Parts: sequence; structure tokens; C-alpha cells
Amino acid sequence: MTAIRAEGLTLAYDDRTVVSDLDLQIPPGRVTVVVGANACGKSTLLRALARLMRPVHGAVLLDGRAIHSLPTRQVARQVGILPQAPVAPEGISVLDLVGRGRSPHQTWWRQWSTADEQAVAAALAATGMTDLAHRPVDELSGGQRQRAWIAMAVAQQTPVLLLDEPTTYLDLAHQVDVLDLVTDLNRRDGRTVVMVLHDLNQACRYADHLVVMRDGRIAAEGDPAAVVTAELVTEVFGLDCRVVPDPVTATPMVIPLSRHHPARAVTA
Amino acid sequence: MTPVPPPPARLRHAAAYLPAAAVLLAVLCLLSLAFGSRAVPIAQVADALFDRAGADPQIEAIVWNVRMPRTAAGLLVGAALGLAGALMQGLTRNPLADPGLLGVSAGASFAIVLAVAAFGASTAPTNLIWYAFAGALAGAVSVHLLGGLGRGGATPVKTALAGIAVTFLLGSFTSALVLRSPLALDRFRFWAAGSLTSADAATLWQVTPLLAAAAVLALATAPALNSLALGEDVAVALGRRVGLIRLRATLAITVLAGTAVAVAGPIVFIGLVTPHLARMVTGPDHRRILALTLLGAPSLLIAADVLGRVVARPEEIQAGIVVAFLGGPFFIALARRRRLAEM
Ligand SMILES: Nc1ncnc2c1ncn2[C@@H]1O[C@H](COP(=O)(O)OP(=O)(O)O)[C@@H](O)[C@H]1O
Ligand SMILES: [Mg+2]
Repeated sequence: MTAIRAEGLTLAYDDRTVVSDLDLQIPPGRVTVVVGANACGKSTLLRALARLMRPVHGAVLLDGRAIHSLPTRQVARQVGILPQAPVAPEGISVLDLVGRGRSPHQTWWRQWSTADEQAVAAALAATGMTDLAHRPVDELSGGQRQRAWIAMAVAQQTPVLLLDEPTTYLDLAHQVDVLDLVTDLNRRDGRTVVMVLHDLNQACRYADHLVVMRDGRIAAEGDPAAVVTAELVTEVFGLDCRVVPDPVTATPMVIPLSRHHPARAVTA
Repeated sequence: MTPVPPPPARLRHAAAYLPAAAVLLAVLCLLSLAFGSRAVPIAQVADALFDRAGADPQIEAIVWNVRMPRTAAGLLVGAALGLAGALMQGLTRNPLADPGLLGVSAGASFAIVLAVAAFGASTAPTNLIWYAFAGALAGAVSVHLLGGLGRGGATPVKTALAGIAVTFLLGSFTSALVLRSPLALDRFRFWAAGSLTSADAATLWQVTPLLAAAAVLALATAPALNSLALGEDVAVALGRRVGLIRLRATLAITVLAGTAVAVAGPIVFIGLVTPHLARMVTGPDHRRILALTLLGAPSLLIAADVLGRVVARPEEIQAGIVVAFLGGPFFIALARRRRLAEM
């Protein structure tokens, strides 16, 4: 199973350091969710894990070897990433988009194979996009469009899948849809998933392993039930809150307090 | 597992576009041999083509020594400009990209004029090609750098503006050089308007292998452009080496556009219009766009050239002028489109 790990990772844009000296071991075959306040470096970390960004110090190790030293096509068969808010070319069909996820498996002498055919059909089926295969992506609803992009990453058939805010801009029902789909990919195919989520309660529900970031460092990580406390949320997000068990899953549920809604004495 | 449903009929029929484009091109080539500023009966053209010994020697000379190289020049230059434009649009994801608009042709022209007028280089196109390559590359790079200046980096419109600025600037330098040199003036008056009559058969034979190699490079880059169309991050995630794609495409663009300018002068709009028309038929797959452009661009240029021969008989209007006349409105329509910036 592909193991991915960050060691002493420091990431910067020009000379502005965004992530500093970060160590992270992604549990293979599990779902890891990264949370943290806006601009704390979540996307930057995810891009570095997918070798889209070269570290200033440290390295991302894929099965023990520095990811930047590996042939990029070989990495592309092991790690897939769906960036935040990707843009599809005008008029592209769902089928064409998903098919483009197959390019790491293709060579100039073998452009399209039965394996490609099957991978695309399986990705469309897994995301519930089979019937929309010939529709242009720009005519789909936000939720369908997001599923089309996920299908592209799924068709790439990588053991590791990185997703940056796959639920942003979706309504609640579609958010749950996409998160269940991602869980299927993990449970059924055994893929290692790392995703950035905004909603803490969803993160607690879907994560096997939760990584809480603050200012480019890891503030806490582990089983959500052990990690998420009112103190941590206050420290990381600057939000006073109460943490109660989710009535459905018993995972931590964060109930925010505010100036107009201060804590009341809990009456039993 | 659910099989993917077959595509709707509309999409299946679209597969016939390549043979149709090939037939259209063949027909236009025949028209180009048949029609000229001097009206020659079609039967005599056929005689000259298929029975050279028995044909009227004067007509034979017109068909074989004038119209044949001119048609071949249309094929080569059209295909080169079309492919260069399609590559530029795919590479920069800028729908306004065209070698004539983004400084490539202007750079090549300026380098050629400079070589002839200032350094006394010979005016044989095969000699000019190397200056054209250097100028094409320099023009493309300066527009790219200028377009990326300022906040927010390069956008299609900013890059197009930079291209227009560089084209005007280099154009005025070119004019200044040409006007100071009577020899250059005489030769470039014709060439600068974009004409298919400048190159003789020997020159065309010499540039053909070069263009063929660049065309192969262009077509081989198409799958990578398909990945790049999803954004640079996704392209890298799919295992593409973006720097290498840029290098390959830039090399192909330089050779294609530089050769086209050396042979026929700066012709605008062929590289802009044809890939757009092709995309309307094929959708956004660059393999298909490039293949259709390869057939469609020479059709457009040869059609313009034939038109220029017959509308002003017995005078001729150069192909470059006809193309500019037809392509201008297209460019304006394109620039007005709302979704432009999002491509
Ligand atoms: N391409 C970029 N160039 C310069 N700075 C960037 C770039 N992308 C992100 N940043 C900066 O890096 C910081 C972290 O960004 P990001 O990783 O996107 O945060 P998050 O995903 O946690 O919201 C932010 O301050 C952001 O402004
Ligand atoms: Mg982000």
C-alpha cells in the first residue's frame, strides 16, 4: 500500500513562508481530513503532498522516496489530486473530462485501451454520472460538476486521492452525497484519501484521522473524538464553542457560541 | 458495472468532418489551379495538368510554374499558420492567440527586414528563415513577458493588447527600415501584404521537410495540451511536464510561424480563425482541433487567394489582404464574447 509522509516540510511562495517544519504521516487506507482557519496553509500542504509545489526545506516521501525525485508519470499513477475550484474547458463533455484522467496510463503509441474504457465506465458509475456522460460540463449543476471532476480523479485509479474542499459551493444534500461517495472510494477500493474540509462537524464524521492546522503548523492530529475539544477550537479558530456528541454518529459536534448567543447554564 | 451509453447521433455524425475537410481542400486546390487573373478555359487547364506535352505551352507554363507553386505555398503556409495558432491558443489558453496578433509574425518580419536592409542578407526565403525564427521567438517572448506584467499576471485581453503594442512597434521599425532602403522597399512592398506568389518551387521544396517536422511535433503535443486545458495543477497531477510541453510547443510555433512569414509575409487571422472554426465542429479535444485545422487552414488561405485573383480582374488582391478583410469582423465578434476571459 502506498505510504505518503511529509518530513520537516517548509513551503513558501516567493519568500513568504506558509508552512514551516511540518511532519505528517498519512495513514494508508484511511480517510484523513485536514481542517484549519482560512489561509492557514491547507491547500498549500495538499499541493505539496501531490508534488505540485516544491518544498523549501524537507520533503514529501512516497514509499520512502522523495516525491520530487520520482518520474512525474509514475507519481501520477499513485497520487491523484483534485485542486480547489478547477476550471473545465468550454464545451467539454463529462466523458471527455473523465477520460483525460487516464493520461498517466497512456503512451503515444497506445492512446486508448480497454483498461481505459473500463476505468472510465467504473468512475462514471461510482459517481453516478453514467447517464450524464455526454452532457457538457458547463451545463451541469454545481453538485454534478463536482462529481464529474471527482470522476476524473477516480478514473486516474491512484491508490492515494487528495481532494481540496470537494464540498465547497454545494448545498447540504450534495455535500453529504460527495462525502459519502468519497467514503465509498475508501471503503470499497481501499484508497487512501486526504481531503480538506471546511465544516468541522463533517470532518469529525468522515475522518478516520483528523489534522488540525494553525498558521502552517499542525496544532493537533488523531482520532477526531480525542482531538476536538472546545479549548482546541477556541485556540485554532478563535471561536468560543461547546462540543457535544453528534446525535447520529456520536462523533464530536461543535456548537458555536457568539455575542448574541452566549453559553447558558445547562439545565438538566 | 453500467456501460457508458452511446453518444447521441449529433456527436456520432461529427466524425465525418475530417474526410469532408479533405475533400473541400482538394476542391479548393483544383480551383486555385483553374482560376487566375487571366481566365483560362477549364479544359485547357486539365490538358496542361494531365497531358503536358499536348497542351498549349503558354498555358502549361501558367499552370505549372505560376499556379502550382502558388497553390503549394497556400497549402504549406496555411497549414503552418493554422497549426501555430491552434498551438498558441492551447498553450496559453488564450482564445485571441494568433501568430499575427501576438508578435510572432511581426518579430519574424522585423528580423527579416533588418537582415536584408541593414546587414545586406540575400533575400532568398531559405536564407531568411533563420532570421525569421529568431525574430518569431523574440516577438513571442516579449509579448509573453509584457502581457504578464502588472497585477494579476497575464489575461487573454492583456496579452492581446501587449501583442498589438509589440506588433505596432515592430511594424513601425520595419517601415522605417524599408523606407530608407529602396532595394528593400521594392521587395517588401509585396511581401509585407502577405502574398503567396513570392516563393518559387525550389524554395517550397526546401521548407517542406522543416514544416513537416514541426507539424508532427505539433500533433504529438496535442494530448499534453488536453491535460493542460484542465489547468496547470491538474496537468502536473496527470503526470505532464509543463515546462517540456511549453518548450516543445514554442519550438513548433517558432518554426511554423517563422517559415510561414519567410515564405509569404505576415498573414494575420488564419491562425486565429481556423482553430475556432475547427473547435466548433470537434469540441475541445486538441487532437481533433489540430487535425481539422491542418486541413481547414490551407482551405481558408487558398480560398482567400483565389478570391483575391478573381474579384479585381485583371488586377489581384494579395491573399493576406483578403484574409484580413474577412478575419477582422470575426476577431471583433470573438473579443466581444463575454466568456472570453474564462477560457
Ligand atoms: N499562488 C500563491 N501565491 C502567493 N501566495 C499564495 C498563493 N496561494 C496561496 N497563497 C497564500 O498562502 C497562504 C496559505 O494559502 P492556502 O494554502 O491556500 O490556505 P488555505 O487553503 O488554508 O485557505 C495564504 O496566505 C495565501 O494568501
Ligand atoms: Mg484552500
